[in-house]
Amino acid sequence: MPLLEVKNLRVEFPTRRGTLVAVDDVSFHIDEGEVLGVVGESGAGKSITGVSIIRLIEPPGRIAGGQVLLNGRRIDNIPLEEMRRVRGKEIGAIFQDPLTTLNPLYTIGHQLVETMQTHLGIGDREARARAVRWLEDVGIPGAAQRIDAYPHQFSGGMRQRVVIALALCAEPRLVIADEPTTALDVSIQAQVIALLKRLCREHGTAIMLVTHDMGVIAETADRVAVMYAGRIAEIGPVREVVKHARHPYTDGLMGSIPSLTHKVERLTQIEGSMPRLTDIPRGCAFNPRCPKVFDRCRVDRPDLMKTDGPNLAACWLHAAPGRDEALGHAA
Amino acid sequence: MPPDATAMVQAKALVEVEDLARDFDVSKPWLFRVLQGERKRILKAVAGVSFDIPKGTTLSLVGESGCGKTTVARLVVGLYPPSRGRIRFDGVDMASLTSRAVAAPVRKRIQMIFQDPYASLNPRWRVRDIIAEPIRAFGLIRGRAAIEARVGELLSQVKLSPKDGEKYPHEFSGGQRQRISIARALSSTPEFLVCDEPTSALDVSVQAQILNLMKDLQRELGLTYLFISHNLAVVRHMSDRIGVMYLGRIVELAPGETLFARARHPYTRMLLDAIPDLEMTGRARTPVGGEVPSPIDPPPGCAFHPRCPLANARCKAEVPALRAVADAQVACHAVEEGRT
Ligand SMILES: Nc1ncnc2c1ncn2[C@@H]1O[C@H](COP(=O)(O)OP(=O)(O)OP(=O)(O)O)[C@@H](O)[C@H]1O
Ligand SMILES: Nc1ncnc2c1ncn2[C@@H]1O[C@H](COP(=O)(O)OP(=O)(O)OP(=O)(O)O)[C@@H](O)[C@H]1O
Ligand code: SF4
Ligand code: SF4
Ligand SMILES: [Mg+2]
Ligand SMILES: [Mg+2]
Repeated sequence: MPLLEVKNLRVEFPTRRGTLVAVDDVSFHIDEGEVLGVVGESGAGKSITGVSIIRLIEPPGRIAGGQVLLNGRRIDNIPLEEMRRVRGKEIGAIFQDPLTTLNPLYTIGHQLVETMQTHLGIGDREARARAVRWLEDVGIPGAAQRIDAYPHQFSGGMRQRVVIALALCAEPRLVIADEPTTALDVSIQAQVIALLKRLCREHGTAIMLVTHDMGVIAETADRVAVMYAGRIAEIGPVREVVKHARHPYTDGLMGSIPSLTHKVERLTQIEGSMPRLTDIPRGCAFNPRCPKVFDRCRVDRPDLMKTDGPNLAACWLHAAPGRDEALGHAA
Repeated sequence: MPPDATAMVQAKALVEVEDLARDFDVSKPWLFRVLQGERKRILKAVAGVSFDIPKGTTLSLVGESGCGKTTVARLVVGLYPPSRGRIRFDGVDMASLTSRAVAAPVRKRIQMIFQDPYASLNPRWRVRDIIAEPIRAFGLIRGRAAIEARVGELLSQVKLSPKDGEKYPHEFSGGQRQRISIARALSSTPEFLVCDEPTSALDVSVQAQILNLMKDLQRELGLTYLFISHNLAVVRHMSDRIGVMYLGRIVELAPGETLFARARHPYTRMLLDAIPDLEMTGRARTPVGGEVPSPIDPPPGCAFHPRCPLANARCKAEVPALRAVADAQVACHAVEEGRT
């Protein structure tokens, strides 16, 4: 049984110009000890998927459909009081915005100690010792000396690491990490990733890792889901997605990465931009930007389907009957 | 001095930074200190950095989290007063800009994109007012319709829709908010733009669009950038020159091509080895070994010595100065002594 299972999740925001569907029929699972990477266009719905799982979506946003199961038990319909216990104890969350997690009025040490005491029921002295260790684990130099600092006294990357420590310190089974390493340089990033991988290996922690950093994905994730305009465009083992993308959007994404080995005057970019979620085009949402678009794409919306590899892709190029014809069309 | 290093010096620098330093007092409250018998604690976030940025070029700063990049950026745009040192912008000493009247004409030529896109956007303002704020503050465009048109154009440039101007910041995703702060910084058409991790929250395709836009603007309008990013591939793409910082100091300053082809400082070399491997060749990435020292009690001599494979007795005692080596500048005794 997977540790986390998300089935047909749908999240809506009512707006002045009609309903905005930020997450549209998204399904995936994460096994114990597994890292699922989530990548995709800015605004595609990655963060909203994450906050919906732990039901911290802010009104007027609402979960309009689907189920979320943790260890086979539904958590999308349990009372909020119970959900609060699940959050923190069983699910740790690292938000994209570190400032919303950290309270500017309390020291870093206080916030760690309080979290551990709430969920682990340990004494003051033990909690403080562990807090120092967590800060060391996420690479804060002089941790014992700096544990009583306030958030504003830390650099951007240091605050981000405190947030990581806060999410992990109650030893949750599932960690939802939204861009946990964006503000970190490569060496600290390596240390944080090593820490996350150790948790997976030794404690069977499952991780949903949202990031736009393909290097981090390539190194950490077992499988990857690529999101576009509120839906999963492609999902599969990391190597396949990075090296042999089956969806044209994934392909474009991989091509936009600046290279370290050769400098080009202009980076390749996918022309145009993602549609506004209030006016998603008919058919495939990617069709106005897709270099391989053909007639059917403008009419029918593709769901995830089998491809010639282990990846699933939401793209008509892979539809069984018309497939050869479509590929020939593109080539 | 090799010919192109001389050329760099002669090209007119728009920004000149000389021996810039900034300390923070991170002591416990006075009473507490007296009771516990603790002394004052001073954190040297920036400990004397110097660099020039010629007009129309990009200087990038890289280095581990907490090494002082944001502090340099904030000093350069005047958000913190320096503890020591000098900043000149187009020949004007920034310390002389004491009154609003003399400061405003200089300030409007400088903008900053902040590392934290959430904190820098006023949650109660509509996005179009946030973006128009510098335009109004400096009276750059008159008339509602003209301002609105300009805001719409800026939103399109950062790949948002002009219609998004109606909304409030919380209605956007992380990367969308980062683009709003970029649009705001560009709205007053500054000549000098300080960009602190401007694309860190963006997926690679939007990042490519924004970086291309920044380069286009530089080519068309001769913009000068101070660029901060931990993503070395992005830095390589954007920079003419790169400064590598370690614990408040610049340890290596070199043209981008030189730095990537031939890094000289032992720390720079470690940094380049720690880059994640996208090619998935199975190459184990070498993390930078050793512990990052605390900036409250930095190690004596070269601050990098506890982690440096080349450290010797001199390194533990004497702070290495930044010296010219070919077209680069390096602060390392081993490099100076030819021990590499
Ligand atoms: N409070 C809100 N009201 C209306 N729309 C919202 C709100 N919050 C988010 N959205 C919309 O939902 C979409 C998905 O947002 P989300 O934050 O999940 O994107 P993301 O994939 O995490 O992007 P990024 O990579 O930029 O962080 C966005 O297009 C955003 O405009
Ligand atoms: N207001 C402040 N009060 C006390 N200490 C501070 C303050 N601002 C920064 N510092 C400290 O100064 C050092 C440098 O911080 P800075 O924000 O410049 O780092 P940075 O290089 O930008 O790091 P990052 O990559 O994590 O953003 C850090 O040790 C930080 O804790
Ligand atoms: S369904 Fe059509 S438009 Fe969509 S990604 Fe596939 S080929 Fe492109
Ligand atoms: S000065 Fe010494 S310790 Fe510092 S980097 Fe050079 S060799 Fe290493
Ligand atoms: Mg997000
Ligand atoms: Mg910073």
